[in-house]
Amino acid sequence: MNLLELHNLSIRFRTENGVVDAVKNVSLSMKEGDSLAIVGESGSGKSVTALSLTRLLPTPPAEFAGGKILFEGKDVLKMSSEEIRAMRGGGIAYIFQEPATSLNPVFTIRSQIAEGIRLHRPDVKAVDEEIVKWLGAVGIVDPAKRMLDYPHQLSGGMQQRAMIAMALSCRPRLLVADEPTTALDVTIQAQILAELRRLRTEFGMSLILITHNFGIIRGLCDRVAVMFRGEIVEYGETASILKDPQHPYTKALIACVPRLGDKRDRLQTIDYGWLAKAR
Amino acid sequence: MRRVTRRFFNDRLAIVSVVLIVFFFSVAIGAGICQLLDLPMPMRPNATNLERKLLPPNATNWLGTDNLGRDVLSRMIAGSTISLTVGFVAMAVSLGIGIIVGAVSGYLGGWVDNVLMRLVDALMCFPSFFLILSAIAILGPNIWIIITVIGLVSWTGTARLVRAEFLTLRESEYVRAARAMGQSRRKIIFRHIMPNAFAPIFVTAVISIPDAILVESGLSFLSFGVPPPQATWGNIIADGKTYILDAWWLIVFPGLAIFIASLAFYLVGDALRRAAETRPK
Repeated sequence: MNLLELHNLSIRFRTENGVVDAVKNVSLSMKEGDSLAIVGESGSGKSVTALSLTRLLPTPPAEFAGGKILFEGKDVLKMSSEEIRAMRGGGIAYIFQEPATSLNPVFTIRSQIAEGIRLHRPDVKAVDEEIVKWLGAVGIVDPAKRMLDYPHQLSGGMQQRAMIAMALSCRPRLLVADEPTTALDVTIQAQILAELRRLRTEFGMSLILITHNFGIIRGLCDRVAVMFRGEIVEYGETASILKDPQHPYTKALIACVPRLGDKRDRLQTIDYGWLAKAR
Repeated sequence: MRRVTRRFFNDRLAIVSVVLIVFFFSVAIGAGICQLLDLPMPMRPNATNLERKLLPPNATNWLGTDNLGRDVLSRMIAGSTISLTVGFVAMAVSLGIGIIVGAVSGYLGGWVDNVLMRLVDALMCFPSFFLILSAIAILGPNIWIIITVIGLVSWTGTARLVRAEFLTLRESEYVRAARAMGQSRRKIIFRHIMPNAFAPIFVTAVISIPDAILVESGLSFLSFGVPPPQATWGNIIADGKTYILDAWWLIVFPGLAIFIASLAFYLVGDALRRAAETRPK
Protein backbone atom coordinates (compact mmCIF):
# COMPACT_ATOMS: atom_id res chain seq x y z
CA MET A 1 0.00 0.00 0.00
CA ASN A 2 1.24 3.47 -0.82
CA LEU A 3 1.64 5.93 2.02
CA LEU A 4 0.09 8.76 0.09
CA GLU A 5 -1.77 8.92 -3.20
CA LEU A 6 -3.27 11.90 -4.95
CA HIS A 7 -5.62 11.11 -7.82
CA ASN A 8 -6.48 13.97 -10.16
CA LEU A 9 -6.75 16.39 -7.27
CA SER A 10 -8.27 19.75 -8.18
CA ILE A 11 -8.77 22.65 -5.81
CA ARG A 12 -10.59 25.88 -6.58
CA PHE A 13 -10.84 29.16 -4.74
CA ARG A 14 -14.01 31.20 -5.02
CA THR A 15 -12.96 34.81 -4.72
CA GLU A 16 -14.72 38.10 -5.32
CA ASN A 17 -12.94 38.35 -8.65
CA GLY A 18 -14.10 34.96 -9.88
CA VAL A 19 -13.01 31.37 -9.54
CA VAL A 20 -9.30 30.54 -9.38
CA ASP A 21 -8.10 27.03 -10.18
CA ALA A 22 -5.20 26.69 -7.76
CA VAL A 23 -4.52 22.99 -8.30
CA LYS A 24 -5.47 21.15 -11.48
CA ASN A 25 -5.51 17.37 -11.87
CA VAL A 26 -2.51 16.66 -9.69
CA SER A 27 -1.63 12.99 -9.26
CA LEU A 28 1.22 11.80 -7.06
CA SER A 29 2.11 8.74 -5.07
CA MET A 30 4.60 8.09 -2.29
CA LYS A 31 5.77 4.98 -0.51
CA GLU A 32 6.86 4.74 3.12
CA GLY A 33 10.37 6.22 3.35
CA ASP A 34 10.17 8.13 0.07
CA SER A 35 11.14 11.74 -0.18
CA LEU A 36 9.57 14.05 -2.68
CA ALA A 37 10.25 17.65 -3.56
CA ILE A 38 7.51 19.88 -4.94
CA VAL A 39 9.18 22.75 -6.75
CA GLY A 40 7.56 25.77 -8.31
CA GLU A 41 7.29 29.55 -8.19
CA SER A 42 4.98 31.55 -5.92
CA GLY A 43 1.35 30.83 -6.73
CA SER A 44 2.08 27.58 -8.53
CA GLY A 45 -0.12 25.64 -6.11
CA LYS A 46 2.56 23.77 -4.21
CA SER A 47 1.60 25.00 -0.73
CA VAL A 48 -2.11 24.57 -1.48
CA THR A 49 -1.42 20.95 -2.42
CA ALA A 50 0.51 20.43 0.81
CA LEU A 51 -2.14 22.02 3.03
CA SER A 52 -4.93 20.05 1.32
CA LEU A 53 -3.37 16.78 2.53
CA THR A 54 -4.89 17.33 5.97
CA ARG A 55 -7.69 19.66 4.82
CA LEU A 56 -6.04 22.69 6.41
CA LEU A 57 -7.32 25.03 3.71
CA PRO A 58 -10.14 27.30 4.85
CA THR A 59 -13.34 26.21 3.11
CA PRO A 60 -14.78 28.51 1.83
CA PRO A 61 -13.09 30.12 -0.10
CA ALA A 62 -11.25 26.92 -1.01
CA GLU A 63 -13.16 23.92 -2.34
CA PHE A 64 -12.22 20.47 -3.54
CA ALA A 65 -13.32 20.41 -7.15
CA GLY A 66 -12.48 16.81 -7.84
CA GLY A 67 -10.11 13.94 -7.27
CA LYS A 68 -9.07 11.96 -4.25
CA ILE A 69 -6.47 12.05 -1.48
CA LEU A 70 -5.61 8.68 0.02
CA PHE A 71 -3.41 8.56 3.12
CA GLU A 72 -2.53 5.01 4.20
CA GLY A 73 -5.43 3.89 2.02
CA LYS A 74 -8.01 6.12 3.71
CA ASP A 75 -9.88 8.81 1.83
CA VAL A 76 -8.95 12.09 3.50
CA LEU A 77 -11.86 13.99 1.96
CA LYS A 78 -14.34 11.62 3.59
CA MET A 79 -12.82 11.62 7.08
CA SER A 80 -14.74 12.93 10.11
CA SER A 81 -13.31 15.92 11.93
CA GLU A 82 -11.99 13.66 14.74
CA GLU A 83 -10.15 11.45 12.26
CA ILE A 84 -8.71 14.51 10.55
CA ARG A 85 -7.48 15.93 13.87
CA ALA A 86 -5.81 12.66 14.77
CA MET A 87 -4.12 12.62 11.36
CA ARG A 88 -2.86 16.19 11.68
CA GLY A 89 0.40 15.99 13.57
CA GLY A 90 0.12 12.25 14.16
CA GLY A 91 -0.11 11.13 10.51
CA ILE A 92 1.20 14.13 8.64
CA ALA A 93 3.17 16.82 10.47
CA TYR A 94 4.15 20.19 9.05
CA ILE A 95 7.07 22.54 9.35
CA PHE A 96 6.33 26.04 8.10
CA GLN A 97 8.37 28.80 6.60
CA GLU A 98 8.59 31.26 9.49
CA PRO A 99 9.84 29.58 12.65
CA ALA A 100 9.75 32.88 14.55
CA THR A 101 6.00 33.30 14.14
CA SER A 102 5.05 29.62 14.09
CA LEU A 103 5.86 29.28 17.77
CA ASN A 104 3.42 30.79 20.23
CA PRO A 105 5.30 33.70 21.89
CA VAL A 106 3.72 33.25 25.34
CA PHE A 107 4.70 29.62 25.99
CA THR A 108 8.01 27.88 26.51
CA ILE A 109 9.34 25.48 23.90
CA ARG A 110 8.80 22.66 26.34
CA SER A 111 5.09 23.31 26.85
CA GLN A 112 4.52 23.57 23.09
CA ILE A 113 6.27 20.30 22.31
CA ALA A 114 4.59 18.61 25.28
CA GLU A 115 1.19 19.55 23.88
CA GLY A 116 1.78 17.59 20.70
CA ILE A 117 3.16 14.56 22.54
CA ARG A 118 0.19 14.45 24.93
CA LEU A 119 -2.20 14.75 22.03
CA HIS A 120 -0.76 12.12 19.73
CA ARG A 121 1.13 9.79 22.04
CA PRO A 122 -0.91 9.69 25.26
CA ASP A 123 0.94 6.53 26.39
CA VAL A 124 4.24 8.42 26.80
CA LYS A 125 4.75 8.95 30.54
CA ALA A 126 8.12 10.68 30.68
CA VAL A 127 7.19 13.66 28.52
CA ASP A 128 10.15 15.82 29.55
CA GLU A 129 12.63 13.08 28.69
CA GLU A 130 10.97 12.67 25.32
CA ILE A 131 11.28 16.42 24.67
CA VAL A 132 14.95 16.41 25.62
CA LYS A 133 15.52 13.44 23.34
CA TRP A 134 13.98 15.09 20.30
CA LEU A 135 15.55 18.50 20.89
CA GLY A 136 18.87 16.68 21.11
CA ALA A 137 18.07 14.73 17.94
CA VAL A 138 17.63 17.92 15.92
CA GLY A 139 20.97 19.27 17.11
CA ILE A 140 20.05 21.63 19.94
CA VAL A 141 22.87 21.85 22.47
CA ASP A 142 21.92 21.46 26.14
CA PRO A 143 18.28 20.59 25.38
CA ALA A 144 17.23 20.22 29.04
CA LYS A 145 18.03 23.88 29.59
CA ARG A 146 16.94 25.21 26.21
CA MET A 147 13.48 23.69 26.46
CA LEU A 148 12.65 26.13 29.26
CA ASP A 149 13.27 29.07 26.91
CA TYR A 150 10.60 31.17 25.27
CA PRO A 151 10.69 31.34 21.46
CA HIS A 152 12.17 34.86 21.38
CA GLN A 153 15.16 33.67 23.38
CA LEU A 154 16.21 31.33 20.56
CA SER A 155 17.91 32.20 17.27
CA GLY A 156 16.09 31.63 13.98
CA GLY A 157 17.94 28.39 13.30
CA MET A 158 17.21 27.07 16.78
CA GLN A 159 13.56 28.02 16.43
CA GLN A 160 13.32 26.03 13.23
CA ARG A 161 15.07 23.10 14.92
CA ALA A 162 12.52 23.33 17.74
CA MET A 163 9.72 23.28 15.16
CA ILE A 164 11.22 20.18 13.57
CA ALA A 165 11.54 18.56 17.00
CA MET A 166 7.91 19.42 17.72
CA ALA A 167 6.79 17.84 14.46
CA LEU A 168 8.93 14.73 14.89
CA SER A 169 8.05 14.14 18.54
CA CYS A 170 4.52 13.21 17.43
CA ARG A 171 6.07 10.39 15.37
CA PRO A 172 4.29 11.32 12.12
CA ARG A 173 4.28 8.93 9.15
CA LEU A 174 5.02 11.82 6.82
CA LEU A 175 6.74 15.15 7.36
CA VAL A 176 5.77 18.07 5.12
CA ALA A 177 8.31 20.86 5.15
CA ASP A 178 6.83 23.96 3.49
CA GLU A 179 9.80 26.16 2.53
CA PRO A 180 11.52 25.37 5.83
CA THR A 181 14.65 27.39 5.10
CA THR A 182 13.32 30.43 3.23
CA ALA A 183 13.33 32.67 6.33
CA LEU A 184 16.82 31.63 7.41
CA ASP A 185 20.18 32.89 6.25
CA VAL A 186 22.31 30.73 4.01
CA THR A 187 24.62 29.10 6.56
CA ILE A 188 21.71 28.18 8.84
CA GLN A 189 19.82 27.00 5.76
CA ALA A 190 22.63 24.55 5.00
CA GLN A 191 22.64 23.31 8.60
CA ILE A 192 18.89 22.72 8.67
CA LEU A 193 19.00 20.88 5.34
CA ALA A 194 21.85 18.71 6.60
CA GLU A 195 19.81 18.02 9.71
CA LEU A 196 16.79 16.96 7.66
CA ARG A 197 19.01 14.72 5.55
CA ARG A 198 20.48 13.08 8.67
CA LEU A 199 17.08 12.60 10.32
CA ARG A 200 15.79 11.02 7.13
CA THR A 201 18.49 8.37 7.09
CA GLU A 202 18.29 7.89 10.86
CA PHE A 203 14.55 7.40 11.13
CA GLY A 204 13.65 6.40 7.56
CA MET A 205 11.19 9.26 7.59
CA SER A 206 8.98 10.06 4.61
CA LEU A 207 9.33 13.65 3.52
CA ILE A 208 7.69 16.16 1.23
CA LEU A 209 9.83 19.24 0.78
CA ILE A 210 8.23 22.30 -0.76
CA THR A 211 10.53 24.89 -2.23
CA HIS A 212 11.11 27.24 -5.13
CA ASN A 213 14.82 26.57 -5.03
CA PHE A 214 16.18 23.70 -7.08
CA GLY A 215 19.52 24.19 -5.37
CA ILE A 216 18.49 22.69 -2.04
CA ILE A 217 16.85 19.41 -3.05
CA ARG A 218 19.87 17.56 -4.32
CA GLY A 219 20.79 14.79 -1.93
CA LEU A 220 17.63 15.27 0.13
CA CYS A 221 14.81 14.23 -2.17
CA ASP A 222 14.72 11.20 -4.46
CA ARG A 223 11.96 12.55 -6.65
CA VAL A 224 10.80 15.93 -7.85
CA ALA A 225 7.45 17.22 -9.01
CA VAL A 226 7.68 20.56 -10.77
CA MET A 227 4.49 22.60 -10.50
CA PHE A 228 3.47 25.50 -12.68
CA ARG A 229 0.08 27.26 -12.60
CA GLY A 230 -1.50 24.48 -10.57
CA GLU A 231 -0.30 21.61 -12.72
CA ILE A 232 2.56 19.17 -12.45
CA VAL A 233 4.58 19.84 -15.56
CA GLU A 234 7.41 17.42 -14.88
CA TYR A 235 7.82 14.53 -12.48
CA GLY A 236 10.69 12.12 -12.02
CA GLU A 237 13.98 11.20 -10.34
CA THR A 238 15.84 14.21 -8.95
CA ALA A 239 19.18 13.31 -10.50
CA SER A 240 17.84 12.80 -14.00
CA ILE A 241 15.71 15.95 -13.92
CA LEU A 242 18.63 18.03 -12.75
CA LYS A 243 20.83 16.56 -15.46
CA ASP A 244 18.36 16.61 -18.29
CA PRO A 245 15.23 18.69 -17.69
CA GLN A 246 12.57 18.20 -20.36
CA HIS A 247 10.04 20.94 -19.75
CA PRO A 248 11.08 24.52 -20.58
CA TYR A 249 9.79 25.73 -17.20
CA THR A 250 11.97 23.23 -15.36
CA LYS A 251 14.95 24.33 -17.44
CA ALA A 252 14.22 27.96 -16.59
CA LEU A 253 13.90 27.19 -12.86
CA ILE A 254 17.19 25.31 -12.79
CA ALA A 255 18.91 28.10 -14.68
CA CYS A 256 17.75 30.57 -12.01
CA VAL A 257 19.84 29.03 -9.25
CA PRO A 258 23.08 30.99 -8.95
CA ARG A 259 26.22 28.89 -8.61
CA LEU A 260 29.57 29.60 -7.04
CA GLY A 261 31.97 30.74 -9.73
CA ASP A 262 29.21 31.96 -12.01
CA LYS A 263 30.53 34.23 -14.74
CA ARG A 264 27.14 35.89 -15.38
CA ASP A 265 26.76 39.59 -14.49
CA ARG A 266 23.03 39.41 -13.87
CA LEU A 267 20.92 36.80 -12.15
CA GLN A 268 18.79 34.73 -14.47
CA THR A 269 15.03 35.32 -14.36
CA ILE A 270 12.37 33.02 -15.72
CA ASP A 271 11.66 33.63 -19.40
CA TYR A 272 8.07 32.79 -20.20
CA GLY A 273 8.64 32.91 -23.97
CA TRP A 274 8.01 29.17 -24.26
CA LEU A 275 4.52 29.69 -22.88
CA ALA A 276 3.51 31.85 -25.85
CA LYS A 277 5.03 29.31 -28.24
CA ALA A 278 3.16 26.46 -26.56
CA ARG A 279 -0.23 28.10 -27.16
CA MET B 1 5.74 41.13 31.22
CA ARG B 2 8.54 42.40 33.42
CA ARG B 3 9.07 45.28 31.04
CA VAL B 4 5.41 46.20 31.15
CA THR B 5 5.44 46.14 34.96
CA ARG B 6 8.54 48.31 35.08
CA ARG B 7 7.12 50.83 32.65
CA PHE B 8 3.86 50.89 34.59
CA PHE B 9 5.60 51.66 37.86
CA ASN B 10 7.63 54.44 36.26
CA ASP B 11 4.35 56.28 35.75
CA ARG B 12 3.76 58.53 38.77
CA LEU B 13 0.06 59.11 38.11
CA ALA B 14 -0.43 55.37 37.88
CA ILE B 15 1.21 54.78 41.24
CA VAL B 16 -0.93 57.44 42.91
CA SER B 17 -4.00 55.84 41.34
CA VAL B 18 -3.01 52.37 42.47
CA VAL B 19 -2.50 53.68 46.01
CA LEU B 20 -5.95 55.30 45.89
CA ILE B 21 -7.57 52.10 44.61
CA VAL B 22 -5.87 50.04 47.28
CA PHE B 23 -7.08 52.57 49.86
CA PHE B 24 -10.68 52.43 48.60
CA PHE B 25 -10.49 48.67 48.59
CA SER B 26 -9.23 48.38 52.15
CA VAL B 27 -11.97 50.72 53.27
CA ALA B 28 -14.62 48.77 51.37
CA ILE B 29 -13.45 45.40 52.69
CA GLY B 30 -13.13 46.79 56.24
CA ALA B 31 -16.63 48.29 55.99
CA GLY B 32 -17.99 45.00 54.69
CA ILE B 33 -16.56 43.16 57.68
CA CYS B 34 -17.82 45.84 60.12
CA GLN B 35 -21.27 45.59 58.60
CA LEU B 36 -21.30 41.81 59.00
CA LEU B 37 -20.21 42.05 62.64
CA ASP B 38 -22.43 45.11 63.25
CA LEU B 39 -19.52 47.29 64.37
CA PRO B 40 -19.47 51.11 64.11
CA MET B 41 -17.37 52.64 61.28
CA PRO B 42 -16.59 55.05 62.95
CA MET B 43 -20.29 55.42 63.84
CA ARG B 44 -23.22 53.26 62.83
CA PRO B 45 -24.14 54.36 59.29
CA ASN B 46 -27.88 54.02 59.82
CA ALA B 47 -28.14 55.34 63.40
CA THR B 48 -30.30 58.46 63.41
CA ASN B 49 -29.90 61.30 65.91
CA LEU B 50 -32.35 64.11 65.26
CA GLU B 51 -30.70 66.39 67.80
CA ARG B 52 -27.59 66.47 65.63
CA LYS B 53 -29.12 66.81 62.17
CA LEU B 54 -27.59 68.75 59.26
CA LEU B 55 -24.42 69.65 61.14
CA PRO B 56 -21.49 70.90 59.04
CA PRO B 57 -18.16 69.03 59.33
CA ASN B 58 -17.01 69.12 62.97
CA ALA B 59 -14.84 67.27 65.46
CA THR B 60 -17.23 64.32 66.03
CA ASN B 61 -18.78 64.14 62.54
CA TRP B 62 -15.78 64.84 60.31
CA LEU B 63 -17.85 65.19 57.17
CA GLY B 64 -21.02 66.48 58.84
CA THR B 65 -24.44 64.86 59.33
CA ASP B 66 -27.51 64.52 57.14
CA ASN B 67 -31.16 65.45 57.66
CA LEU B 68 -31.70 62.48 60.01
CA GLY B 69 -28.51 63.15 61.95
CA ARG B 70 -26.64 60.24 60.40
CA ASP B 71 -22.86 60.55 60.11
CA VAL B 72 -21.92 61.22 56.46
CA LEU B 73 -18.42 59.73 56.74
CA SER B 74 -19.78 56.47 58.18
CA ARG B 75 -22.39 56.31 55.45
CA MET B 76 -19.80 56.90 52.75
CA ILE B 77 -17.61 54.17 54.17
CA ALA B 78 -20.56 51.80 54.24
CA GLY B 79 -21.43 52.85 50.67
CA SER B 80 -17.95 52.11 49.34
CA THR B 81 -18.56 48.38 49.74
CA ILE B 82 -21.60 48.59 47.47
CA SER B 83 -19.95 50.77 44.85
CA LEU B 84 -16.83 48.62 44.53
CA THR B 85 -18.80 45.36 44.57
CA VAL B 86 -21.00 46.69 41.79
CA GLY B 87 -17.95 47.81 39.84
CA PHE B 88 -16.15 44.48 40.12
CA VAL B 89 -18.95 41.99 39.77
CA ALA B 90 -20.56 43.88 36.87
CA MET B 91 -17.13 43.97 35.19
CA ALA B 92 -16.75 40.22 35.70
CA VAL B 93 -20.19 39.51 34.21
CA SER B 94 -19.65 41.75 31.20
CA LEU B 95 -16.11 40.45 30.69
CA GLY B 96 -17.28 36.84 30.78
CA ILE B 97 -19.99 37.37 28.19
CA GLY B 98 -17.87 39.71 26.09
CA ILE B 99 -14.92 37.31 25.90
CA ILE B 100 -17.02 34.31 24.93
CA VAL B 101 -19.09 36.15 22.31
CA GLY B 102 -16.04 37.96 20.92
CA ALA B 103 -13.88 34.84 20.80
CA VAL B 104 -16.50 32.69 19.09
CA SER B 105 -17.38 35.47 16.68
CA GLY B 106 -13.79 36.30 15.79
CA TYR B 107 -12.50 32.75 15.51
CA LEU B 108 -15.37 31.14 13.64
CA GLY B 109 -16.22 34.11 11.40
CA GLY B 110 -18.76 33.61 8.63
CA TRP B 111 -22.46 33.63 9.46
CA VAL B 112 -21.86 33.06 13.21
CA ASP B 113 -19.83 36.25 13.31
CA ASN B 114 -22.47 38.07 11.32
CA VAL B 115 -25.34 37.06 13.61
CA LEU B 116 -23.43 37.83 16.83
CA MET B 117 -22.14 41.18 15.62
CA ARG B 118 -25.61 42.31 14.44
CA LEU B 119 -26.84 41.39 17.94
CA VAL B 120 -24.10 43.58 19.40
CA ASP B 121 -25.05 46.41 17.04
CA ALA B 122 -28.69 46.11 18.07
CA LEU B 123 -27.78 46.20 21.78
CA MET B 124 -25.52 49.20 21.22
CA CYS B 125 -28.35 51.12 19.54
CA PHE B 126 -30.42 50.76 22.69
CA PRO B 127 -29.91 53.49 25.28
CA SER B 128 -28.59 51.13 27.91
CA PHE B 129 -29.48 53.32 30.88
CA PHE B 130 -33.18 53.08 30.06
CA LEU B 131 -32.84 49.36 29.50
CA ILE B 132 -31.41 49.10 33.02
CA LEU B 133 -34.16 51.35 34.43
CA SER B 134 -36.95 49.28 32.91
CA ALA B 135 -35.35 45.99 33.96
CA ILE B 136 -35.16 47.26 37.55
CA ALA B 137 -38.72 48.57 37.40
CA ILE B 138 -39.86 45.06 36.49
CA LEU B 139 -37.50 42.96 38.64
CA GLY B 140 -37.22 45.22 41.68
CA PRO B 141 -34.24 47.18 43.05
CA ASN B 142 -32.09 44.43 44.55
CA ILE B 143 -28.33 44.96 44.49
CA TRP B 144 -27.58 41.65 42.73
CA ILE B 145 -30.23 42.32 40.10
CA ILE B 146 -28.69 45.74 39.49
CA ILE B 147 -25.23 44.25 39.16
CA THR B 148 -26.39 41.54 36.77
CA VAL B 149 -28.35 43.96 34.62
CA ILE B 150 -25.41 46.38 34.38
CA GLY B 151 -23.19 43.47 33.40
CA LEU B 152 -25.70 42.19 30.86
CA VAL B 153 -25.93 45.47 28.97
CA SER B 154 -22.27 46.49 29.05
CA TRP B 155 -20.48 43.54 27.41
CA THR B 156 -20.80 44.80 23.83
CA GLY B 157 -17.62 46.86 23.84
CA THR B 158 -15.55 44.00 25.23
CA ALA B 159 -17.04 41.58 22.68
CA ARG B 160 -16.05 43.86 19.80
CA LEU B 161 -12.55 44.29 21.13
CA VAL B 162 -12.01 40.58 21.72
CA ARG B 163 -13.39 39.81 18.26
CA ALA B 164 -10.97 42.25 16.65
CA GLU B 165 -8.04 40.66 18.51
CA PHE B 166 -9.15 37.19 17.46
CA LEU B 167 -9.57 38.20 13.83
CA THR B 168 -5.90 39.17 13.70
CA LEU B 169 -4.55 36.37 15.86
CA ARG B 170 -6.41 33.51 14.16
CA GLU B 171 -4.46 34.25 10.96
CA SER B 172 -1.16 34.06 12.81
CA GLU B 173 1.37 31.39 11.94
CA TYR B 174 1.30 29.78 15.36
CA VAL B 175 -2.44 29.26 15.17
CA ARG B 176 -1.95 27.63 11.79
CA ALA B 177 0.82 25.51 13.29
CA ALA B 178 -1.46 24.52 16.18
CA ARG B 179 -4.18 23.50 13.71
CA ALA B 180 -1.65 21.52 11.72
CA MET B 181 -0.77 19.71 14.95
CA GLY B 182 -4.37 18.56 15.28
CA GLN B 183 -5.34 20.78 18.23
CA SER B 184 -9.04 21.16 18.91
CA ARG B 185 -10.87 24.42 18.29
CA ARG B 186 -11.54 24.99 21.96
CA LYS B 187 -7.91 24.52 22.84
CA ILE B 188 -6.76 26.84 20.07
CA ILE B 189 -9.19 29.55 21.19
CA PHE B 190 -8.52 29.40 24.91
CA ARG B 191 -4.94 28.21 25.08
CA HIS B 192 -3.27 29.61 22.00
CA ILE B 193 -5.13 32.82 21.20
CA MET B 194 -6.53 34.05 24.52
CA PRO B 195 -3.19 34.53 26.33
CA ASN B 196 -1.95 36.60 23.40
CA ALA B 197 -5.01 38.85 23.59
CA PHE B 198 -4.67 39.24 27.36
CA ALA B 199 -3.22 42.77 27.51
CA PRO B 200 -6.02 44.66 25.72
CA ILE B 201 -8.69 42.57 27.46
CA PHE B 202 -7.20 43.39 30.85
CA VAL B 203 -7.15 47.09 30.05
CA THR B 204 -10.84 47.19 29.03
CA ALA B 205 -11.71 45.25 32.15
CA VAL B 206 -10.08 47.86 34.38
CA ILE B 207 -11.73 50.71 32.48
CA SER B 208 -15.18 49.11 32.68
CA ILE B 209 -15.11 49.11 36.51
CA PRO B 210 -15.69 52.88 36.92
CA ASP B 211 -18.37 52.72 34.21
CA ALA B 212 -20.36 50.33 36.37
CA ILE B 213 -19.73 52.42 39.50
CA LEU B 214 -21.01 55.51 37.70
CA VAL B 215 -24.11 53.72 36.42
CA GLU B 216 -24.91 52.45 39.92
CA SER B 217 -24.45 55.96 41.37
CA GLY B 218 -26.71 57.36 38.69
CA LEU B 219 -29.37 54.76 39.44
CA SER B 220 -29.19 55.43 43.16
CA PHE B 221 -29.41 59.16 42.53
CA LEU B 222 -32.64 58.59 40.60
CA SER B 223 -33.73 56.38 43.55
CA PHE B 224 -33.85 53.32 41.30
CA GLY B 225 -30.77 51.93 42.95
CA VAL B 226 -30.09 50.01 46.11
CA PRO B 227 -33.07 50.67 48.43
CA PRO B 228 -32.62 52.72 51.65
CA PRO B 229 -31.59 52.69 54.43
CA GLN B 230 -28.55 50.97 52.92
CA ALA B 231 -26.14 53.77 52.02
CA THR B 232 -24.44 54.04 48.64
CA TRP B 233 -22.49 56.98 47.27
CA GLY B 234 -25.30 57.66 44.84
CA ASN B 235 -28.16 57.67 47.30
CA ILE B 236 -26.34 59.83 49.85
CA ILE B 237 -26.24 62.47 47.12
CA ALA B 238 -29.87 61.75 46.26
CA ASP B 239 -30.95 62.26 49.88
CA GLY B 240 -28.84 65.39 50.13
CA LYS B 241 -30.06 67.12 46.99
CA THR B 242 -33.07 68.62 48.86
CA TYR B 243 -30.72 70.46 51.22
CA ILE B 244 -28.20 71.47 48.59
CA LEU B 245 -28.29 75.18 49.55
CA ASP B 246 -27.99 74.59 53.32
CA ALA B 247 -25.80 71.51 53.56
CA TRP B 248 -23.18 71.41 50.76
CA TRP B 249 -21.28 68.59 52.52
CA LEU B 250 -24.05 66.09 51.79
CA ILE B 251 -23.34 66.37 48.06
CA VAL B 252 -19.71 67.34 47.78
CA PHE B 253 -18.05 64.52 49.76
CA PRO B 254 -19.82 61.50 48.22
CA GLY B 255 -19.52 63.24 44.84
CA LEU B 256 -15.77 63.55 45.37
CA ALA B 257 -15.57 59.89 46.36
CA ILE B 258 -17.27 58.82 43.10
CA PHE B 259 -15.10 61.20 41.11
CA ILE B 260 -11.80 60.13 42.66
CA ALA B 261 -12.52 56.42 42.55
CA SER B 262 -13.60 56.54 38.89
CA LEU B 263 -10.66 58.71 37.92
CA ALA B 264 -8.22 56.37 39.67
CA PHE B 265 -9.53 53.36 37.75
CA TYR B 266 -9.45 55.23 34.44
CA LEU B 267 -5.91 56.41 35.06
CA VAL B 268 -4.73 52.90 35.94
CA GLY B 269 -6.41 51.52 32.83
CA ASP B 270 -4.80 54.18 30.70
CA ALA B 271 -1.36 53.64 32.25
CA LEU B 272 -1.68 49.88 31.66
CA ARG B 273 -2.56 50.50 28.04
CA ARG B 274 0.45 52.73 27.56
CA ALA B 275 2.75 50.31 29.37
CA ALA B 276 1.57 47.36 27.28
CA GLU B 277 1.48 49.25 24.00
CA THR B 278 4.75 48.21 22.38
CA ARG B 279 4.93 44.63 23.40
CA PRO B 280 7.93 42.59 22.28
CA LYS B 281 7.12 40.57 19.21
